[in-house]
Amino acid sequence: MEALSNIVLGFSIALTPANLSWCFVGVVLGTIIGVLPGLGPPATIALLLPLTFKMDPTTAMIMLAGIYYGAKYGGSTTSILLNVPGESASVVTCLDGYQLARQGRAGPALGIAAISSFIAGTFGVLGLMFIAPPVAKFALRFGPPEYFALMVLGLTMVVFLTGRSVARGILATLFGLWLAGVGTDVFTAESRFTFGRKELLGGIDFIVVSIGLFAIAEVLINLESQSGAEIFKVPKGLRNLLPTLQDLKDSRFAFLNGSVVGFFIGVLPGAGSTIASFLSYGLEKAVSRRPEKFGTGVIEGVAAPEGANNSETGGALVPLLTLGIPGSSTTAILLAALHLWGFRPGPLLIQENPNLFWGLVASMYIGNVMLLILNLPLVPLFAQILRVPYYVLYPGILGVSIIGVYTVDNSLFDIWMLGIFGLLGYFMRKLDYPTAPLVLGMVLGQRLELSLRQSLMMSQGQLSILVASPLAAGMLLFAAILLLVPMLNWVRSWRVKAIEQEV
Amino acid sequence: MWFLLWLKSSPVMVFYGKGELLAAIVLMSFGSFVIYEARGLPYHSEFGPGPGFFPLWIGIGIVGCSLVMLCANFFRGGEVIEVSRVELVRALSAWLAFVLAIALMPLIGFGLSFGLLTAFLVLVLDRRSPWLAIGVALGLALTFHLVFAVALGVSLPAGPWGF
Repeated sequence: MEALSNIVLGFSIALTPANLSWCFVGVVLGTIIGVLPGLGPPATIALLLPLTFKMDPTTAMIMLAGIYYGAKYGGSTTSILLNVPGESASVVTCLDGYQLARQGRAGPALGIAAISSFIAGTFGVLGLMFIAPPVAKFALRFGPPEYFALMVLGLTMVVFLTGRSVARGILATLFGLWLAGVGTDVFTAESRFTFGRKELLGGIDFIVVSIGLFAIAEVLINLESQSGAEIFKVPKGLRNLLPTLQDLKDSRFAFLNGSVVGFFIGVLPGAGSTIASFLSYGLEKAVSRRPEKFGTGVIEGVAAPEGANNSETGGALVPLLTLGIPGSSTTAILLAALHLWGFRPGPLLIQENPNLFWGLVASMYIGNVMLLILNLPLVPLFAQILRVPYYVLYPGILGVSIIGVYTVDNSLFDIWMLGIFGLLGYFMRKLDYPTAPLVLGMVLGQRLELSLRQSLMMSQGQLSILVASPLAAGMLLFAAILLLVPMLNWVRSWRVKAIEQEV
Repeated sequence: MWFLLWLKSSPVMVFYGKGELLAAIVLMSFGSFVIYEARGLPYHSEFGPGPGFFPLWIGIGIVGCSLVMLCANFFRGGEVIEVSRVELVRALSAWLAFVLAIALMPLIGFGLSFGLLTAFLVLVLDRRSPWLAIGVALGLALTFHLVFAVALGVSLPAGPWGF
């Protein structure tokens, strides 16, 4: 009953013309920066922050949060259409989204991404509204050993991201883990594998690697043959450009999976939406009745990561608002904004500033509806991009990739790295090495090393600390089970073959 | 001349497990390099594992996995990988053009170097008419400049003439 009266209060605040307008401005801006590779919500929010000082803090927070979750909606567009991840969390969407586009199903893929984002985004807001304080307290139980176990659990997803050879997948993951370690060591400030280049002291940006491996390699593969034929089919008629009932039916578990995984990963500071999208994709493939089809263009392979990516936003606001702990660079800027406006994020924020908290929650419901209304009609329009002749499309992808990478740090060195990773991605494709595990290793590498070294520091080198807490031990056990399941399948198929040969 | 003869001699190169073997050898060398470099970093620090701890184990993992692949290749025989020479040359020339455009960027700016890259792809690789190549190159370079540099205020590598 109390929650109901609170949300009524929230809607009374969010539905004022000023708040509605700024919410709209936020989600539109967010969608645009999500579509453009390299331009991320942290930079946009940081740029706009000074402009909000004269605004009402609740209104400003509504707009900045709109940019945050709006960018998640937009990020899938270039992933699906061009194989260029709009932001880091959209890398997984490339795997099946782009394949769907190649099959002439870009419209349904974009549509399911918008619907899944809406459902999971709304779930995230519900989670923020009803279970924020207890979940935030649970998240505080995550120390370095628990984070290490979570990262190991994330790494087991490699078995679901590899093609025919798990050894190749593991090698790609190890290479990704090594890449994550390039730069300055956070504990000792010692430089590692920088080859004397100052540009590498800050590490290699994730977006440079993923755009190189996915977009540039894809362009090189497509430029191999001089094909006059239409590479992408775009069916005519609105009905063919939107998801079918079968697509929705196939994605029903993915909606739930993405919502739950995204929210809980979001609550954990530092885990982030990229990990959430990888985990939900792996989970979706693990429970799917057609796991062998993943990576070839299945609709639930788009629905799960896109859902997780959006539900994570609601989850990430839980530790920010209830504990004052930012879990990502975007929430860190939002925390700074809250402090600048005179709020003290923490356990008392909801009681002391109900207008801010409930106004924001209600605005997120409205923002999600706005985004669905905005994005679904845009699907047929975006799908038309694929009608562009390929002699315009491929240079266009190269141009967007260069600009996307350059905007990360205004560094020409990053563009050189883009070229190197593009060639690496091309040869990986030619030699049948999967690229997604490399990206997974890179995403998890830094946190994995950090939590492992912190744990070993705490225990003075005793490895038993990694399984000392039931939570960490449980996650490691689950990871072991996930690794063993495919092995049992191999043994079973080997036995069946042996019996058949005997007969 | 030899290059054209090489291209015409056999349109398809067939690797009987050699691709896999080569990849395993390259990765094993890379893993050994990681181990060598990691050994130069402290394994322990004052408070616990040092900066060399994690890379050393990654290097060992890479060498170990490469060895498994080498053994599998030796006992089971490698997969047959077919690579078309013409396709490989086309992809690599596109990549070289891309790299050349990157090298030119600080000298002549994004707009012109990207325009030249586009013209090469359309004219040489796609064998379209020069007018179409110039049109696509100009159109794309101008669109990117107007959308990103002018409308969004994104800074792009600039040449001596400011764009």
